[in-house]
Amino acid sequence: MSHHIEEMKAAHRLLAEFTYERYPVQRGYTNRTLYINLSDSTIASKPVSEEMKEKFTGGKGFGLWLLWHGIRDTTKWNDPENEIIISAGPIGGITTYPGTGKSLVVSLSPLTDSVMDCNVGGYFGPYLKFAGWDALEIQGKAEKDVIIFIDGDTGRITIEEAPLEPVDTHLLTDILVQMYGGDDHHARRAISTVTAGSGAEHTRFGCLNFSWYDLRRRAARVKQAGRGGIGTVFRDKRIKALVVKFSDLKADSNGPADLARLQRVGTKMHKEIHDYDDQQCGMRRHGTAYLVGIMNDYDLLPVHNFRYGSHPDGHKIDVRVWDARFTQGVPDGCWYGCTLSCSHAVDGFTLRTGPYKGQKVIVDGPEYENAAGLGANCGIFDPDYILEANFYCDTYALDTISIGTSIAFAMECYEMGIIDKRATGGLDLRFGNAEAAIEVIHQMGRGEGFGTIIGQGVRRMKKIFVEQYGADPKILQDIGMEAKGLEFSQYMPKESLAQQAGYGMASKGPQHDEAWLIFMDMVNNQIPTMEDKAEALHYFPIWRTWFGLCGLCKLPWNDIVPPDNALTDEPTKIPEHVRNYVEIFSAVTGRQVTSEDLLLMSERVYNFQRVFNLRMGFGTREHDKIPYRAQGPVTVEEYESRAERYDKQLKALGYDVEKMSTPEKVAALRAYREKQYEELMDAVYARRGWTRNGVPKVETLQRLGIDYPDVVEIVRRAGG
Amino acid sequence: MTVVAGQSPTIVVNGTRELPWTQGMTVRDVLRLCNFTYSLIIVTVNGRIVPKEEFDTFPVPPEAEVRVIHLIAGG
Repeated sequence: MSHHIEEMKAAHRLLAEFTYERYPVQRGYTNRTLYINLSDSTIASKPVSEEMKEKFTGGKGFGLWLLWHGIRDTTKWNDPENEIIISAGPIGGITTYPGTGKSLVVSLSPLTDSVMDCNVGGYFGPYLKFAGWDALEIQGKAEKDVIIFIDGDTGRITIEEAPLEPVDTHLLTDILVQMYGGDDHHARRAISTVTAGSGAEHTRFGCLNFSWYDLRRRAARVKQAGRGGIGTVFRDKRIKALVVKFSDLKADSNGPADLARLQRVGTKMHKEIHDYDDQQCGMRRHGTAYLVGIMNDYDLLPVHNFRYGSHPDGHKIDVRVWDARFTQGVPDGCWYGCTLSCSHAVDGFTLRTGPYKGQKVIVDGPEYENAAGLGANCGIFDPDYILEANFYCDTYALDTISIGTSIAFAMECYEMGIIDKRATGGLDLRFGNAEAAIEVIHQMGRGEGFGTIIGQGVRRMKKIFVEQYGADPKILQDIGMEAKGLEFSQYMPKESLAQQAGYGMASKGPQHDEAWLIFMDMVNNQIPTMEDKAEALHYFPIWRTWFGLCGLCKLPWNDIVPPDNALTDEPTKIPEHVRNYVEIFSAVTGRQVTSEDLLLMSERVYNFQRVFNLRMGFGTREHDKIPYRAQGPVTVEEYESRAERYDKQLKALGYDVEKMSTPEKVAALRAYREKQYEELMDAVYARRGWTRNGVPKVETLQRLGIDYPDVVEIVRRAGG
Repeated sequence: MTVVAGQSPTIVVNGTRELPWTQGMTVRDVLRLCNFTYSLIIVTVNGRIVPKEEFDTFPVPPEAEVRVIHLIAGG
């Protein structure tokens, strides 16, 4: 350890200490959670009841349950009683199947003012469990910056004031793995950290970085819990870092009921990836970045704040470019045993701007969302800019999705004349201006200038632009790509009604992890009726929720498929992989489950989250609405860019398009599409067992076994 | 399928998209015309599944109903 790091460690001041006996994990659970209150330095162990496991499974389910009981109806994101909860779920941490190291993070969001959840890779969640805890629940606020250290090797937890370490992730993580892991590189693998960064302090969309130590690169790397500003909550609580240590990882650390059964399923899956990934998505070579070119080809890549779905320069940031930049030939998994290994990195990238200018760094990514959001959506098709922005977003702890959509919105407002250089502090915020965009990001890191306005997110920017610059609220509502206060992720939903609802009805806001139906709907024409779409919008969000209950990554479900998948009855559900998950859950927990049981686990938590939104003052039909930019062309230019498609739709509705002006056609299409969206909401609510106002009915709660008195009371008050 | 004299034959992709049929047309030609560049797809021609290794050679007859089912990934 360097003298510099020793000095930082020596400056730590112990605020609280807690020792415990570490019990082995039994069938995926430790049966207790760790509670920490930073206001009074409480550290305590809480039991996990059988009811909690039965009804909420783990991961996001545990997070929602603990948060529900930890806060009041009136709690705001920056109140001390808000919590950050991290949990891996019962399968999280097995090493015999790909994609099994996810942590789920739950908190109240600075963007939505309601409950938020994120999933993230890295070693923290599994190590937390193996250290003895099914979840970590942090409440309160520290007076000064603190580090929470959970030493699973010795059974000791400390809260330490930590005044000297920098907050930006790439520096802090490197320091912490040395400080707590020592000089031996193998020992550093036993350390995982959670950190934020300076940008999280000055914006509402701060993210959390979860680390793992990459032995081949001899460096710590990070994955992001990106959505909804939980990094902002983290810094508001004056948490500088969480550190967990666990040195004794084994194949049976998760205490599975039947390890051999688990290994059989894993072996089959690893072989499938080995044999077919290269011909299919190529995750091992490209990660999700391969999607940039695909989305551009299918008119689904957001360009210029979601005005358009493709751009002639799209090829400049497509997979061929990233293939050449990624360091190839190293297994890039973010958890042990993940043979799909999509976590690619660019090594030795020299920064050109900002406080770390000139340094050679590792850039984790870019993943699809980063390239699409920071790049195409802002009209920037420069790979060097995307890498630079990707790096700084990570180290400042800024959600690349929210920042991409927010900068793109500000750029469109600038080009429309809604704001000018007086508002931007002199920045020429045109689409395509990479220099201005990177300066905005640095301003968020420094907490100054127009960057801090963009850092409020799209919903608050709309309010500011109306109040301070006299903008027309209607046009801002149309082009501001947020719903529930969260910025849209980077897929163009304009021509897929099902995806519009997939975004609009998502519990936390428009993120694609609940439903990605664009191909099924727009390209395949597999779900043509409202009932078909409603069924898909019931099944897929419920199914996908299950990954977040168990500590799993979604990618091994459907970014690789068995060779005979085409011959199955429902190939879009990847039936063989669903059977794998039934096997894994049964093998870990010893509970013999069916695929229907998995869906029931999810449906409970999904409905509980909807009620949680209701409790916080949201969660009804009006909160599932989306901006018209997500549904159809707002401007004449947008209409004309796809005139053939739109004219065809109007003709089918009986309009004589030859006699209509483009503004008339825009209006007619809008009336039709908005009505369609309302009809689909009705169909989905009915399928889900909700009222027309989007409130789960009491009988639905009863069927799911979550008709707790306080839950029922909230639903009754809302007319459910 | 019957080709009506005097009318140029077509094919229909995914039930909605009509394309002109050409002599010697293969599955690969259809994918190219539609700009279907995504790899996780299942193709049927008149209800018959076409193995991926036959995309370059499998003939698409006039008036064929072609389905190109894109599986979901990435998202």
